[in-house]
Amino acid sequence: MTKKKKTKIKPRVSMPMRDAVQRGRIFSEVALGYDQNQAVAEAKRCLQCKKDTCKTGCPVDVDCKSFIRLVAEENFQEAFKVIKDTNSLPAICGRVCPQENQCEGTCKLGPTGQPIAIGRLERFVADNFYARNSCEQETGFMECILPDENLKVAAFGSGPSSLTLAGYLSARGVKVTVFEALHEPGGVLVYGIPEFRLPKSVVKREVDSLKHLGVEFKCNFVGGMSVTIDELFAEGYKAVFIGVGAGLPRFMNLPGENYVGVYSANEYLTRVNLMHGYKFPEYDTPVPKGNNVIVIGGGNVAMDAARTAYRLGASSVKVVYRRTKGEMPVRLEELEHALEEGIELEILASPVSFSGDDHGHLKSVLLQKMELGEPDASGRRRPVPIDGEVYELKTDMAIMAVGTGANRVLTQTTPQLELNKWGNIKADPSTGETNLPMVFAGGDIVTGAATVVEAMGAGRIAAREILRRLK
Amino acid sequence: MLNKILKKRILIPDRVSELTIYAPHIARNARPGNFVVLRLTEKGERIPLTIAYKDPEKGVIVIVYLVLGKTSALLDTFGQGDIILDLCGPLGKPTEIRKQGQVICVGGGTGIAAMHHIAKGNYEAGNEVLSVIGARSKDLLLFKPELEKISSKVFVATDDGSMGHKGFVTEVLLKCLKENPDVKEVVAVGPVPMMKAVAGVTADFDVETVVSLNSIMVDGVGMCGACRVSVGGETKFACVDGPEFDASKVDFDELMMRLNAFKPQEELSMELFKKKTG
Ligand SMILES: Cc1cc2nc3c(=O)[nH]c(=O)nc-3n(C[C@H](O)[C@H](O)[C@H](O)COP(=O)(O)OP(=O)(O)OC[C@H]3O[C@@H](n4cnc5c(N)ncnc54)[C@H](O)[C@@H]3O)c2cc1C
Ligand SMILES: Cc1cc2nc3c(=O)[nH]c(=O)nc-3n(C[C@H](O)[C@H](O)[C@H](O)COP(=O)(O)OP(=O)(O)OC[C@H]3O[C@@H](n4cnc5c(N)ncnc54)[C@H](O)[C@@H]3O)c2cc1C
Ligand code: SF4
Ligand code: SF4
Ligand code: FES
Repeated sequence: MTKKKKTKIKPRVSMPMRDAVQRGRIFSEVALGYDQNQAVAEAKRCLQCKKDTCKTGCPVDVDCKSFIRLVAEENFQEAFKVIKDTNSLPAICGRVCPQENQCEGTCKLGPTGQPIAIGRLERFVADNFYARNSCEQETGFMECILPDENLKVAAFGSGPSSLTLAGYLSARGVKVTVFEALHEPGGVLVYGIPEFRLPKSVVKREVDSLKHLGVEFKCNFVGGMSVTIDELFAEGYKAVFIGVGAGLPRFMNLPGENYVGVYSANEYLTRVNLMHGYKFPEYDTPVPKGNNVIVIGGGNVAMDAARTAYRLGASSVKVVYRRTKGEMPVRLEELEHALEEGIELEILASPVSFSGDDHGHLKSVLLQKMELGEPDASGRRRPVPIDGEVYELKTDMAIMAVGTGANRVLTQTTPQLELNKWGNIKADPSTGETNLPMVFAGGDIVTGAATVVEAMGAGRIAAREILRRLK
Repeated sequence: MLNKILKKRILIPDRVSELTIYAPHIARNARPGNFVVLRLTEKGERIPLTIAYKDPEKGVIVIVYLVLGKTSALLDTFGQGDIILDLCGPLGKPTEIRKQGQVICVGGGTGIAAMHHIAKGNYEAGNEVLSVIGARSKDLLLFKPELEKISSKVFVATDDGSMGHKGFVTEVLLKCLKENPDVKEVVAVGPVPMMKAVAGVTADFDVETVVSLNSIMVDGVGMCGACRVSVGGETKFACVDGPEFDASKVDFDELMMRLNAFKPQEELSMELFKKKTG
């Protein structure tokens, strides 16, 4: 056995942040990104393990070890190529991946609590844009094959799964048209995840680079309504990819849930992000303003809604969650940021009913106290109500962030498509193909609400398979 | 060009107009009961409007709007040759039209435009259409000549008695139902209080009643839940589960309350708009 090195591992290089008090009320990005010295110093902490377990944690197999070594050697251009080789949206992933469960979770240094900051390094490399043109960005080569207008593929939805598919195929000579129901491409990246976490300019950069590659974006086109799969095949498209996401907000069917003042997180975030409601009345779409806001849920969506409400001037924002802080599915970093900014947690509590005034405006919520019982199927301890322990909380705005279901618009109008019992599309995990020939699907519409990088992985699998069939 | 306004017809000056818009992909797939969502400027709001008519051959759809607040007022400044920035559709579930005999179509105010598309669908399916339309006065009655072509009878009610029955459409509807015991279905489109009253009248008859709900919408494709309505005690999304629902099960009071959710902001928007346009 080789002798274990006794050198003490240095702590992670910390991420430059906007001050919590200052940032908590504005929409500018919270995490500012490493500079070159910080990135190199962080990369040098990497042990370059023989068995680089970091890679196994990444859903799109980024070769972390190699790109980190290249950063340490200050060869950023090559580092960028290595990342781009398997990840088409690194500036986005570096910002929003739940790294603690993925690459950083499986890093050898994970158990020390100080894994290599892989996400931050990835963001650094991508932000500093070491590609010279769109083709190089997509493939690492200076020139791409021009798309063949006869080799047409369509994608429904413009979230990360479709964007990945479009990039992969268009750089390899396939003409891709993306049909998006909303008026702007990007999916959750534009209508859901707020500016302070993922600036819209970062998403726009990716979309623009796809346009340069010849990808056509047709916004305001609803798959299954404005354009159907059959019509596309009749028009000469060779394959169709469905990446329409899991955008259907869930409610809890509680008494009073339809009072004015109770919103789904999707509605709230869409009004703020996509419609720029935070600039009302300069922009026409109004955004409800709450003073004592509660948010129900414990994931990224809940935390995004809570921090948005605080930025819009709420005096108190409480996140109501039925388990405890440790079980919250939110990205760790976001939870920390939210708490620093002044978001409060109301744990071990679950809403029972809402009450309103004579005009139907929300006044208060009744909460049920919970305790943790036996572990459930997910391995987390199940929250159980404590008999008789209910209490009232005054609130003028409640945001429901209790999950989303499969988007139904396309599946309702395409009954031939096989679904599972939750309404998600059934697709072969190794090819992305559905029960309809040359119709593929991936992302949240297949898996249910998951992550950006998983949706990208699905887009890539389908793209590879489509290319194989076309060539 | 896509989304270009080919024709504007002023139906009631400064209040109601009709636009014919070039949108072949919408015209091709639109069916009675469908609607579109439009946005006029980069800073604009998305609003839903019913497809009142379509001509797939010419690639056009027709919408009829009532000037109510900022967005509809801005739309009213658009004319022939102008382009609608974003136009998305067709949306919503189409009306379930089956051949069944006699059908009464009730329309109030601008709702007559949407009702007219449904009436036409029924006529084309071979049903006998009895139309009941109402407005405050006869100058505000829309689509009467068009309805006369497809209805076996058109009954009119006006608040001021300037044409037809003086009073509400529901009074005419009641009489009509009594005189025509074979009516299979009543379809009503109009202001919420009117639809609520229609549901009240038909409750005493053995007749299916369908209303088209106009709840506040943001995306129009089932992703925000702004449009939710209570139907038979269940929460439904008007944009994807509707907009048409069984009138006997709709919680109209809740709908009215939710339609007022953004009143102060809407008033502010309109005020600023008026100041700007003078
Ligand atoms: C608020 C919020 C925060 C999140 N935070 C994180 C995070 O920090 N990290 C992370 O990894 N993941 C996060 N997620 C999850 C992640 O965003 C999703 O898993 C991912 O975006 C799914 O990608 P997708 O390609 O399946 O499609 P989506 O991004 O869901 O996009 C689908 C697109 O399809 C469009 N569409 C729907 N129906 C049709 C139709 N019929 N025709 C045409 N277009 C249609 C929609 O308008 C939408 O633009 C978050 C999600 C939300 C809502
Ligand atoms: C399925 C559907 C079909 C419709 N069809 C027609 C039609 O054919 N002709 C027509 O004149 N009107 C129609 N409407 C109503 C129309 O959408 C509203 O009048 C319009 O949004 C008003 O916008 P505004 O900015 O002019 O007025 P605002 O001042 O913003 O609002 C006035 C009132 O309109 C309603 N409203 C406001 N914003 C919205 C919104 N985003 N979505 C829905 N309602 C809203 C509210 O009740 C509000 O109090 C329809 C609504 C729905 C849901
Ligand atoms: S894509 Fe996400 S999971 Fe993979 S290495 Fe990058 S940050 Fe980690
Ligand atoms: S596991 Fe961690 S330390 Fe080892 S190579 Fe990967 S990133 Fe470096
Ligand atoms: S308008 Fe958003 S769900 Fe219906």
